[in-house]
Amino acid sequence: MEISLKINGKDVKAEVKPNTLLSTFIRENLQLTGTHIGCDTSQCGACAVHLNGDAVKSCAILVAQANGAEITTIEGIANGDELHPMQQAFHENHGLQCGYCTPGMVMSSIKLVENNPNISEEEIRKGLEGNICRCTGYHNIVKSVKQAATVMGG
Amino acid sequence: MPDGGSTGIGASVKRKEDYRFLVGEGNYTDDINRPNQTYTYMLRSSSAHAKFSIDTSKASKANGVVKIFVGTDMEVGSIPCGWQVDSKDGTPMREPAHPPIAKDKVRYVGEIIAVIIAESLEDAKNAAELVDVNYDDIPVIIDMQDALDNSKGLVHDEIDSNVCYDWELGDSEAVDKAISEAAHITSLDIRNNRLIPNAMETRSAIGDYEHATGQYTLYTTSQNPHVIRLLMGAFVLGLPEHKLRVIAPDVGGGFGSKIFHYAEEAIVTWASNKIRRPVKWTSDRSEAFISDAHGRDHVTSVKLALDKDGKFLALKVDTLANMGAYLSTFASSVPTYLYATLLAGTYTTPAIHCNVKSIFTNTVPVDAYRGAGRPEATYLIERIVDKAAREMGISQVEIRRKNFIPVDAFPYQTPVALQYDSGNYNATLDAALKKADYEGFAARKADSAKRGMLRGIGFSTYLEACGIAPSAVVGSLGARAGLFECAEVRVHPTGSVTVFTGSHSHGQGHETTFAQLVSEKLGISTDMVEISHGDTNNIPFGMGTYGSRSLAVGGEAIVKAMDKVIAKAKKIAAHIMEASADDIELNNGNFEIAGTDKSMSLADISLAAYVPHNYPHEELEPGLDEKAFYDPLNFTYPGGCHICEVEINPNTGEVKVEGMTAVDDVGKVINPMIVEGQIHGGLAQGIGQALLENAAYDNNGQLLSGSYMDYAMPRADNFVDFKVGNEVTLCTHNSLGVKGCGEVGAIGSPPAVINAVVDALSELGVDDISMPATSEKVWNAINQAKNKN
Repeated sequence: MEISLKINGKDVKAEVKPNTLLSTFIRENLQLTGTHIGCDTSQCGACAVHLNGDAVKSCAILVAQANGAEITTIEGIANGDELHPMQQAFHENHGLQCGYCTPGMVMSSIKLVENNPNISEEEIRKGLEGNICRCTGYHNIVKSVKQAATVMGG
Repeated sequence: MPDGGSTGIGASVKRKEDYRFLVGEGNYTDDINRPNQTYTYMLRSSSAHAKFSIDTSKASKANGVVKIFVGTDMEVGSIPCGWQVDSKDGTPMREPAHPPIAKDKVRYVGEIIAVIIAESLEDAKNAAELVDVNYDDIPVIIDMQDALDNSKGLVHDEIDSNVCYDWELGDSEAVDKAISEAAHITSLDIRNNRLIPNAMETRSAIGDYEHATGQYTLYTTSQNPHVIRLLMGAFVLGLPEHKLRVIAPDVGGGFGSKIFHYAEEAIVTWASNKIRRPVKWTSDRSEAFISDAHGRDHVTSVKLALDKDGKFLALKVDTLANMGAYLSTFASSVPTYLYATLLAGTYTTPAIHCNVKSIFTNTVPVDAYRGAGRPEATYLIERIVDKAAREMGISQVEIRRKNFIPVDAFPYQTPVALQYDSGNYNATLDAALKKADYEGFAARKADSAKRGMLRGIGFSTYLEACGIAPSAVVGSLGARAGLFECAEVRVHPTGSVTVFTGSHSHGQGHETTFAQLVSEKLGISTDMVEISHGDTNNIPFGMGTYGSRSLAVGGEAIVKAMDKVIAKAKKIAAHIMEASADDIELNNGNFEIAGTDKSMSLADISLAAYVPHNYPHEELEPGLDEKAFYDPLNFTYPGGCHICEVEINPNTGEVKVEGMTAVDDVGKVINPMIVEGQIHGGLAQGIGQALLENAAYDNNGQLLSGSYMDYAMPRADNFVDFKVGNEVTLCTHNSLGVKGCGEVGAIGSPPAVINAVVDALSELGVDDISMPATSEKVWNAINQAKNKN
């Protein structure tokens, strides 16, 4: 089937099998390999992207369901060479180690803060339940999101 | 130093590697695609123990299938074990053959029985559905006690027992004598729960054979590409090193699970020659649960003998250690040399004896996972000390202080082979007590009680041995490899530097920490330094990253190479400035003639080395590029104090971690920010083991906790902010004074958590609870205690 959508500001048209996951489409068809696959039960959140303004797990929907949608992946959130405040905060607070969960963490965290600018530490921890990190113990991720919230206008 | 000052040793330099990960441009193995590549699905056994027959004729004709291989197609060597342990009677360990693809018998759920290679992963998976497998089930051995009884069956019928080895360390007679004379004996039975490492990047491998040159390239998710080249090339496939390149690009976490040589690596490499196309395999998470090596899984009975004042007299330990169905790369060393040698902990216990039987079962192979042997040792020591203190009415702090190895006793020879070089256990305990506000605990407990909650505090004053390790020592203990490290420091013509290191970073931030070593020593900014790792064609040699060895061994190798660079640079500078090399001093990145204002920068010298017009050709070769191998003299011995505070809801059994304090002595700290990050991660895995995680098998050998729906991975809301601090005693046998920080969090914390839970429940008469202390287990313990009372 043919689908068309907008990814990171670019119009994309493609012929896909109906059973293609959005995550597969992003990684395999578009070679946007910043979106990662960390599980097969939609638990880990490494594949989180923005779809029409919401953070979603791209392994949990078919690309067909995203037909006509506007999607942003981790590759699309910096402004040229200038990192998004969330990316910058992860860098400054050592919010990443191996980097594998990082794209999903950043994408989920951006929406957490956009939807709740004065977010508390407890809300951050609850809000990131759907993103698993095995390296950091979450300590510096929480710190990063808190700092980004300040910069993003909380 | 002009540029290096802000990026040298001790500075929390922000990580150089962050940018590519933050913008989604990391390069992990599954991100790599080779031209004309094929995709592989590993068909795995659904039976834990069976003879089987397999018919792939229908599947071979399925859409997109390129080739299907079964065990009898792949006549290669056995997947090797890297460490030989001899039993106490002198016989070598039982070492069953481990073919990459099972031939006619399977021994655990997850073992590979067929390799389906197709034009797409979907084609391969669809074809797998058409493979006809007939299992003729054999009785399954899951429980280690059952495994000791041969009449219940053998995991490997070609060997006569399920016991891999029956090994001991220490003085059994002295221990028995002390126990028979002691004023007090404390006993405890412990299970150290089986864990699944769960690096967020699943394993992946691409084999790429180039017919025209006969070169093989393996891209793989590995912590030690040279070790994989050695094990796979020499033992499994019979390929010489010069024809085999192993690349481990960005690796998304390892925690030990990516040390080992796995069957899939040999399969894709071998198959890429057979089909003359690149062969790619990436594990999905369900597959990872049943094919990545698991960790821990000890059952132990321990006795501590004390005198009437609470001084430790002897420790007696009997352990059954699960090996799973086959011996993974380091499996045999984990419950022996990385475990029993740690049983003195931070204490002066004069007599120690440990007996370990390692056992084959029909489960996934078990091997090193963050801490490897040392968390198991620490857990039993710190639990039995806690219990002894309760039984004897001595405070948890006092019993530890009474038995600490005093600061003036170093170097300290333990009764279990190791010699500790430095440490100050009272200092880390004091700092942790302060940080955790121990004095305020009674008030917090009273406040919890007012709300109907139970509050407890638990301690762990641990020690570990890392910086693995002196080759001569491990060789005498059965290691089949050396454990040195190699580094090359290349100063380029214009003065920037590339370091080639055999260590491998998969989250630890080597690209920053190692650059700081260069910055400190050569006086240039870290921006001028690139760290290269993970490719056997670029790096002279390497033993890789595990056992918290990267800085203490790999970093020290870099220092040794820099020493050679500096020595040569001084000679070049002396020639050009017409001075004696002995008079050249390196200050702030400048090579100066002592007592004069004449100097040359590193860039001036390196340019002269590569454009050698005015150069001491009779004495020196052109270029400024030096290599060093470093083999340490001893292990390093980080230690410290972890204090956990929990609140338990007696109505639900829910345990909430209210405070987690860790004050560690990891020796000299190069980058405090990165060290703290390593401690945080270790603590999370330790708390995860204590409260959440457990790999559970049913009696048929099916893994019950085989997905993130069933295996309780720690999430952000399982934790509070950690309180982390450090105290420093320097390692005395490396020039940096560093010890290692990667594993301390996971080693020290589990007993602190369980001791806190037991402390909270102690008023009900509960004196032990097993890991993980889930709500259900705690609730049952509370109710059983209430019913008893």
